[in-house]
Amino acid sequence: MNPNYELPLDEADYSFGFLDEFAKREVRRTILKAISIPGYQTPYASREMPMGRGFGTGGLQLTLSLIGQDDTLKVIDQGSDDSVNAVNLRHFVELTCPGVNTTERTTEATLIQSRHRIPEVDLTESQVLILQVPYPDPLVVVEPSEAKRKVMHGEGDYSRLLTKLYEDIVQFDEITISHRYPTRINGHYVIDPSPIPRYDVPRLYRSKALILLGAGREKKIYAVPPYTVTEPLAFDDVPFRTEDFRDANGHRRACGRCGATDSFLDELIAEDGSKAWQCSDSDYCNQRLAELAQEVSA
Amino acid sequence: MGYVAIKGGGRAIRGAEAALETLRTAEGDAGTPLSLSTIENQLRLLTSRIVSEGGLYHPRLAALAVKQMQGDTLEAAFALRAYRSTKPRLLEAPVQDSGEMRLIRRISSAFKDIPGGQMLGPTSDYALRLMRLDLANESPESFRDVARRFMDNVPETDLPDCFPKVVDALRAEGLLPAIDGPAGTPFDITRDPLVFPVARSAALATMARAETGSLLAIAYSNMRGYGDVHPTIAELRVGYLPVMLPHPVTGEPVEAGEVLMTECEVVAMYEGSDTDGPPVFTLGYGACFGHNEVKAIAMAILDRALQKGMRDGPRNPSEDPEFVLLHVDGVDSMGFASHYKMPHYVTFQSDMDRLRTTQAKVTQPRRQGENA
Repeated sequence: MNPNYELPLDEADYSFGFLDEFAKREVRRTILKAISIPGYQTPYASREMPMGRGFGTGGLQLTLSLIGQDDTLKVIDQGSDDSVNAVNLRHFVELTCPGVNTTERTTEATLIQSRHRIPEVDLTESQVLILQVPYPDPLVVVEPSEAKRKVMHGEGDYSRLLTKLYEDIVQFDEITISHRYPTRINGHYVIDPSPIPRYDVPRLYRSKALILLGAGREKKIYAVPPYTVTEPLAFDDVPFRTEDFRDANGHRRACGRCGATDSFLDELIAEDGSKAWQCSDSDYCNQRLAELAQEVSA
Repeated sequence: MGYVAIKGGGRAIRGAEAALETLRTAEGDAGTPLSLSTIENQLRLLTSRIVSEGGLYHPRLAALAVKQMQGDTLEAAFALRAYRSTKPRLLEAPVQDSGEMRLIRRISSAFKDIPGGQMLGPTSDYALRLMRLDLANESPESFRDVARRFMDNVPETDLPDCFPKVVDALRAEGLLPAIDGPAGTPFDITRDPLVFPVARSAALATMARAETGSLLAIAYSNMRGYGDVHPTIAELRVGYLPVMLPHPVTGEPVEAGEVLMTECEVVAMYEGSDTDGPPVFTLGYGACFGHNEVKAIAMAILDRALQKGMRDGPRNPSEDPEFVLLHVDGVDSMGFASHYKMPHYVTFQSDMDRLRTTQAKVTQPRRQGENA
C-alpha cells in the first residue's frame, strides 16, 4: 500500500443502523416475503456484523433493518436483559442507532430481540418479536444436504422427522427433543422455532405479535405472522409436552425470588451443592417483586 | 441459598475489555506500540491472509485489525468483513485480465521453460527452515542495509513486469478446452445467498475469501485419496494486478489502483469428454487477494474437484459443493464455534428435563424386571 496513505480518522463513523441502506432494504424485502409464506426459510445475503456469527447476527440484522427513532427496543438472552450477550447487543444498537429508546420492560417495547426465550407476558399486536436462530432448518437432524431439505420442505415431506420422533418413543418411551421443537406453521412448513424451550412453543400459537426469526450464519429469515396457527409435531396418542417443573412430590416448583409458579425456571446450584429455582424471565420476576412490594406497603 | 443477582453483565464486559487491553500493552515501559506500517510490511503474509479472508483489499485496515485482535487471524479477518458491511457496493468491476499483472513471482511445474521464464521471486520454498538467530537481536542499521543492498544490485531491466500466461500456450496447442464464450454476470456472494446448485463463479468467490486452513484441509483430503484431481501447476503467479474501472464520465477503462494477488492454475488429467471433440486436459482455477500461495493452490484443486462433483455427482466430500462451500468460511465457522461459550442455561434446562424424564422411565422397568 502507498506508504504515505493515512487512515481517515472518521472511518469509525457509521450510518444509522450500522448496515448500509441497500442492505437494510434487502432485509426488509426478505421479511415481507417471509411473512407472505409463513414458515418458509427465505434466503438472503446476510451481512457480517461486528459480533460473532452465532451471537445473534441474524436477529440483529432484522432489528437494525426495522428499528426507527420512535421504537423502543428490549434485548434479552436466556430471558435476561443483563445477560452478557444481551448487554452487548443492546449497547451496539444504542451506539449505532442514536435516538432509539431501550427498555427492560416487556410491555414498553415495540421491538423485542431475544435468544432462547419468549417473554412470559403475552405480547401485543403493536410488538414485534425477533428470535435469534442458530439452525433454521428442523430437517437438519435427518438430512444434512440443504438442497435435499429444500425439496422435502417444498413437498411438505416431514416423514423422516416424524420417524425420528417415533424412534425416540420406541427407544426411550419419550420424545427426546428438548428445545428447538419442530413446529408446523399454518398447516404446511415445519420450522425450527429457534432454541426456545418447549415451554415457549405454545406461545407461538395465534400470537398477536409478529414473530420474525433470523439466522445470520445460515442466511435465512422466516416468520410466524400474527394469529397464525402453529402446531408442534406430535402423535394423537403421544401429545406434545412442555418441561416439567414439579418436584418429587408432584408440586410445581416456585421461583425462589418472586414466588411465581407459572414461569420457566432456571435451575441454580449453590456453593454447598443445594439447588434453587428462579424465573428465567428477569423482567417478569422484577415486575412481580415490585407488585408484591406494593401490596405489602398498601 | 439465596437468588442469583441478575445484574452485572455490562460491568463484566467492560472488565473483560480492560483486561484484554492490558495484555496487549503488558510490556509496559519496555514496550513499543506496533505501527500499522510495521505490521503491513514485516508481517506481510499475515496482512495478505487478512485481506484475502476479509474479502476487502485494504492492507492498512488489515494491519489495524491484526494489531487490534492481537494477531488472531480469524478475528482480524472478521473485523475487516464487518467493516465491509457498512459500505455500499458502488459498481460491478468488469473482468480483469490477470495477464496484465506486474509479477514478483511466477513458476510453472508443468514446463521447464515457459514464455517469459520461471521467476522464483520472494519465496521460502527452498529456504532451509533453520532458526535464524541473527534476527533475534537485529539492529535497525542492518535491517535498513538489507533493502538498500538488494535494490543496488538489481538492474532496471529486472524490475517486475508482465508475462504471458502459461495456460494460453496450452490452449493454443489444443491441450486445454477453449474458453466457451464470455462469462455471464458473476455471482456476487456478498449480495446473494448460496442456494444450491450454485454457479461456478459463486464457488470461486466463496473460496477466494475462505479461511486458508479450512480450504487446505479439504483440498488435502482430495490430494491424499478422497478424490483424484492429481494436479500439475501450470502456473502460479504473484503480483500486482492493475484494477481497471470505467471512468465515471467517459466510461473508458482507467486504472483505479492495483491489488496484490496470487493466482494459480492447475491442469488435471483428461477425462472422456461429453462433447464430440478430442479429449483435453481439465483446468482448476484459484485466485485470492494478497500473497497466499497455499490458499490459491488449494482453491484451484477444489475448483477442479467441485466441477467434477457438479457434473458427475459428488463421490468425495471435496467434490460436494454444499460440503465445501458451506464449511470453509472462517467468519462463519469461528463465530459458531465461539457461540458455544455463551449462556445456554435455558436449552440445557430443557435437556436435563428430557434426560431426567427418560432416565426415570428406563430405570423403573429395569428394577421391576431384574430385581437387582
